[in-house]
Amino acid sequence: DIDDVGHKYHLELVLEDVLDKDSTVNCTAEVLYHLGNKNSAPSVQFTLEEELKNTDEADNIFYNRIKSLEKELVAENIPDSHGNVSPEMEPVRLLAWVASGYVIWQNSTENTKFQLAQIKHVKQVKRSDEYLEFDYTILLHEMVSQEIIPWQMTVLWHPQHGVQVTQDSRQPKHASE
Amino acid sequence: HQVLRIVPTNDEELQKVQELQDLEELQLDFWLAPRGLGYPVDIRVPFPSLQPLKAHLEANGISYSIMIEDVQALVDHERMEMLRSRRRMPLTTSTFEYTAYHSLDEARKHKIWGILGIYAFMDLLVTENPNLVSKLEIGRSTENRPIYVLKFSKGGTNRPAIWIDTGIHSREWVTQASGVWFAKQIVLDHENDEDLASILDKMDIFLEIVTNPDGFAFTQTQNRMWRKTRSKHSGSICVGVDPNRNWDAGFGGSGASGNPCSETYHGPYANSEPEVKAIVDFVKSHGNIKAFVSIHSYSQLLLYPYGYTSTPVPDQKELHQISEKAVAALSSLYGTNYKYGSIITTIYQASGGTIDWTYNQGIKYSFTFELRDTGRYGFLLPAKQIVPTAQETWVALKVIMLHTLDHLY
Repeated sequence: DIDDVGHKYHLELVLEDVLDKDSTVNCTAEVLYHLGNKNSAPSVQFTLEEELKNTDEADNIFYNRIKSLEKELVAENIPDSHGNVSPEMEPVRLLAWVASGYVIWQNSTENTKFQLAQIKHVKQVKRSDEYLEFDYTILLHEMVSQEIIPWQMTVLWHPQHGVQVTQDSRQPKHASE
Repeated sequence: HQVLRIVPTNDEELQKVQELQDLEELQLDFWLAPRGLGYPVDIRVPFPSLQPLKAHLEANGISYSIMIEDVQALVDHERMEMLRSRRRMPLTTSTFEYTAYHSLDEARKHKIWGILGIYAFMDLLVTENPNLVSKLEIGRSTENRPIYVLKFSKGGTNRPAIWIDTGIHSREWVTQASGVWFAKQIVLDHENDEDLASILDKMDIFLEIVTNPDGFAFTQTQNRMWRKTRSKHSGSICVGVDPNRNWDAGFGGSGASGNPCSETYHGPYANSEPEVKAIVDFVKSHGNIKAFVSIHSYSQLLLYPYGYTSTPVPDQKELHQISEKAVAALSSLYGTNYKYGSIITTIYQASGGTIDWTYNQGIKYSFTFELRDTGRYGFLLPAKQIVPTAQETWVALKVIMLHTLDHLY
């Protein structure tokens, strides 16, 4: 508790590679939830105790595959109702997961717990530069309210320049659902 | 059409095979997509593409074998076999696909035997095991679907009983799927598994697999993420009540919403939902239920009351010890990590919840599970995780049931 400022949490974490459970990296972080102003994201500082694995090879394979598509990628319901994700869509899902982390961070308070529930729709947007751009509509599941919240996000990615969410907005839910 | 198999043995071959996926004009159908070195890649190749593809593979030094010379011939043969076997091979719970998600009343579709709806499964189970299993209708849902409970009993009259329900929140599909698996497991193990046999010697087991059938049907056809019932109440355009906020325990208090459009809407009054009322009536008229377990997903938690208040239950210590043991047993199977504790301290404040009510009715051993996973797939848990999830949960359930048996009250 920091008077007039907010609540600060000191965390010791172990990061686990989603694709390789035996690969872990220790991490410490400090998260500050600001008092009062619900419109500002919590401040986060972190230190990795080791280097993250190099992912250049897989990144480049995915990058080249998308770059060489004749038509822009379009897909929906990833995973599908039965939890299936085709191998070709797995990197698309992982990218959404990373990008949704940013959206979640920007919208988190001490009383929320968000997870990416599903990609409803994704379409690639053609670009003249070297970046890949994807327009995602995702569903976020908020654990405390149990709400499923549709969210649009525009994601830029390049193997050497990383992920950027350039645009995101909460979408209205359909009353009939 | 032919099906070719290629096993890439080096990165160059793998790359070339992966590139094949992008050659749309060939209309290749990958039955097994490229996964990595040493993993087979199976491709169905339409006739016009056969020659060009084989030439391409040969030119690049990629060896292949012909797995299926003529796909049509195989399909024709299989169709004939199926028509023949339909007459001599009855549908049984042995051919049911436990590794897939099923709807309520699937007809025999696709070419795979054993895609049964859950209702059909229940009827078959009873038919196959009339001395152990019976099906009770305990009520009807808002949309008039029957609410069924399976009763597993070796005899006696109104024996002390264990209740298990799955699927109260319809989007939590791994739970209904696990319920189906539990039902089959009880039938398989009731004589040879010492623990289960001793439980059934003295107690009955009631299993409600599809606790929210309207919601479940809705997740199949309209909205996979639907949680609540499908009731319409006074003048709101929004539909449904959270069946796990509709019980008469701290009803309407903090931890539920009064907004009909909310996922945690408690409803106009306690037991307004027929799905909830059916269980309440059953529990009260049975009068001898000693353990009550309500199963949800996801988060990997084992919870006991209360959710509506931070006052600990009188039996807190014992429930905590049982939970510790159950979770240890669960983890021992596949290493799945569970946390445990009271609802309010472990997950969040929730009022009008099922096990708060059952506990207050005197059912001491009241528990809620939140099954796999912790958010990676969430509600969309891949079907191949159904059986391991059901297996590890069953082990934990047996700990709870055995403790109940050894501490009957």
